[in-house]
Amino acid sequence: MTDLASHAAALGAAPPRPTVSDRLKFYGIWLATAVALLVLPQVFSSGGSLTTFSLVGISIIFALSYNILLGQTGMLSFGHAVYYGLGGFLAIHAINIVGFHKWPIPLPLMPLIGGVAGLFFAALIGWVMTQRSGTAFAMISLGLAELVASSALILRTFFGGEAGISANRTKLFKVFGLSFGPQIQIYYLIAAWTLIAIIAMYALTRTPLGRMCNAVRDNPERVQFVGYDPHVVRYLAFCFSGFFAGIAGALAAINFEIANSAYLGATQSGTVLFSTYIGGIGFFIGPIVGAVFVTVLSLGLSDLTQVWQLYFGLFFIAVVAFAPGGITGLLMMHRPLIRAGMLQRMLPSYLIAVVPTLALCTGLMMMIETIVHYTVNPNESPNIKAFGIPFNAERPSVWAISAVLIIVGFILARMSWTRVGQTWDATLSAARAKVHAT
Amino acid sequence: MSPAMESNTPAIEIKGVEKSFGATKVIQNINLSIAQGERHALIGPNGAGKSTTFNLISGYMKPTSGSIKLRGEEVAGLRPFQINRRGLSRSFQVTNVFANMTVWENLRCAVLWSTGHRYAFWKNVDNLPVVRERTAQILEDIHLTSRRDVPAGLLTYAEQRALEIGITVAGGANVILLDEPTAGMSNAETERAVSLIRRLTEGRTLLIVEHDMSVVFGLADRISVLVYGQVIASGTPEEIRGNPKVKEAYLGEEAA
Repeated sequence: MTDLASHAAALGAAPPRPTVSDRLKFYGIWLATAVALLVLPQVFSSGGSLTTFSLVGISIIFALSYNILLGQTGMLSFGHAVYYGLGGFLAIHAINIVGFHKWPIPLPLMPLIGGVAGLFFAALIGWVMTQRSGTAFAMISLGLAELVASSALILRTFFGGEAGISANRTKLFKVFGLSFGPQIQIYYLIAAWTLIAIIAMYALTRTPLGRMCNAVRDNPERVQFVGYDPHVVRYLAFCFSGFFAGIAGALAAINFEIANSAYLGATQSGTVLFSTYIGGIGFFIGPIVGAVFVTVLSLGLSDLTQVWQLYFGLFFIAVVAFAPGGITGLLMMHRPLIRAGMLQRMLPSYLIAVVPTLALCTGLMMMIETIVHYTVNPNESPNIKAFGIPFNAERPSVWAISAVLIIVGFILARMSWTRVGQTWDATLSAARAKVHAT
Repeated sequence: MSPAMESNTPAIEIKGVEKSFGATKVIQNINLSIAQGERHALIGPNGAGKSTTFNLISGYMKPTSGSIKLRGEEVAGLRPFQINRRGLSRSFQVTNVFANMTVWENLRCAVLWSTGHRYAFWKNVDNLPVVRERTAQILEDIHLTSRRDVPAGLLTYAEQRALEIGITVAGGANVILLDEPTAGMSNAETERAVSLIRRLTEGRTLLIVEHDMSVVFGLADRISVLVYGQVIASGTPEEIRGNPKVKEAYLGEEAA
């Protein structure tokens, strides 16, 4: 009897069960996401934005699958594109075979084939790879990625060499009269799979395996002394990660109607690492934010400047150095201030700091674009345009202005960000005191 | 009847265990038997091999030779998680928790395997009543209820030590190994930790490494003294106090 009594007492120590309003809020978020995905093409209906949305959806799935490894289980992979690419190739071959034999399998099921392909290869290779995490895992993933990427150019019958393998997605068995020719139909196909994949990967984090992934990330040694084999945990995480990467690859193959060696390459593996990290690996939504940000930014920047990858790299360095929690980490930092209603106290110091920072960035851009003019196109007209702003790269005044902007901007930015740090500390302690008082 | 069911089978039986790192013999021929339900303390000067003995029993290291039996079953050479699944759990001298996870999640991770959920990826972890109940019980037992949602890395030292013990006992293991659980604590904290240990290891077998002699003599039913990788004496606290060899090797130094 005392046992029963003590159990009842102990359950008071457990976190409170979600209330009805918590549950409504939780399901409301998913419902709102679904509605947003439905109406998005109505608001932005141009062909360009549909293509952008489709690419964003694919990178969201890919980045989230990557974060199962990096953020959830603490495994840094340099070769995640392998599972993305193999998923894409298998999906392309499946579309061709199914179309040729006229089997009654519709296009919306093809991403599943990509997913199973990703899962299969991850399961095949993963056991050896996940023996260790850390540097050993990172190095093996890199080596393996190089191996697969180079065999893509050698095994021509499967990978199609330089040209890749193409397919016609409209030749498959039709459901509801959908041909999947127009981009709008492809958008909805990708949006549906994106939503399914996000929900599935979120659910995974809430399972015993998902929790043990976090435990392995934090302390693989201790995990062994609570009954778990960290190797098995890493292996299962790796398989799930491969599965969702395969789905993303298949969607990309459907979207472009082609799979080529670029799908498997180092650039693809690097981009997913960048997106995930820039978004923030510590939060489930981090990779989503990062995928949206990086995809839109890379599409936008490539129109504005020819060295967009350079800016991209600089931005990545800045995130690693100054905001290791990524964009989401920066936003989440402000939660205690918002809760205490003290966010406005930070705004003046932010505004003061933004001005010299922007000056520094402008100076850097002018310098980079001028250098690019001299090194890449020295014989062309010096009247160049960067980010829509025309200027003359040969004029000494441009050099002088950029030098002044960089030096003065740097000094003032350092000073003002130090001030921001002080204001931050003061505001945060005030916010904590206020929350404690209530 | 399996050997583990008989109550006179020792909880831990170590016979002729040796451990060498290269040419250095850290543990030379240890023999130790700990009865079920006994609270046994392992003492000895620094570098005597107490932590190594723990590492050998818990599977963190493999013995070079010899036999280690856990309730009659040979476990020498098994991996730590295999030994843990057979009912042995240990704590660490240096706090070894899941720093980015909350106190609640730390304890829950320690409960999951023993409640049979293993690597399940089809169950919602928040919807497992037995896990919830056991985790809440341990949380209450270690008096960290008010710190439930705090990441373990942000706890105070004494709180982290309590969590360390909580993780160790949460899986319901029958044999508990605690490595210097009160190291670095104030007197008041030590007192609280000792009563916590006494309560949580009720009805279980406890092997404890400890430097604080008041803790050792207050808690242990039996004591073994380890010097230079060898057990030089084993007996009740009174026998150990009166043993001239022990006085010379260890206790005497402290008295001097």
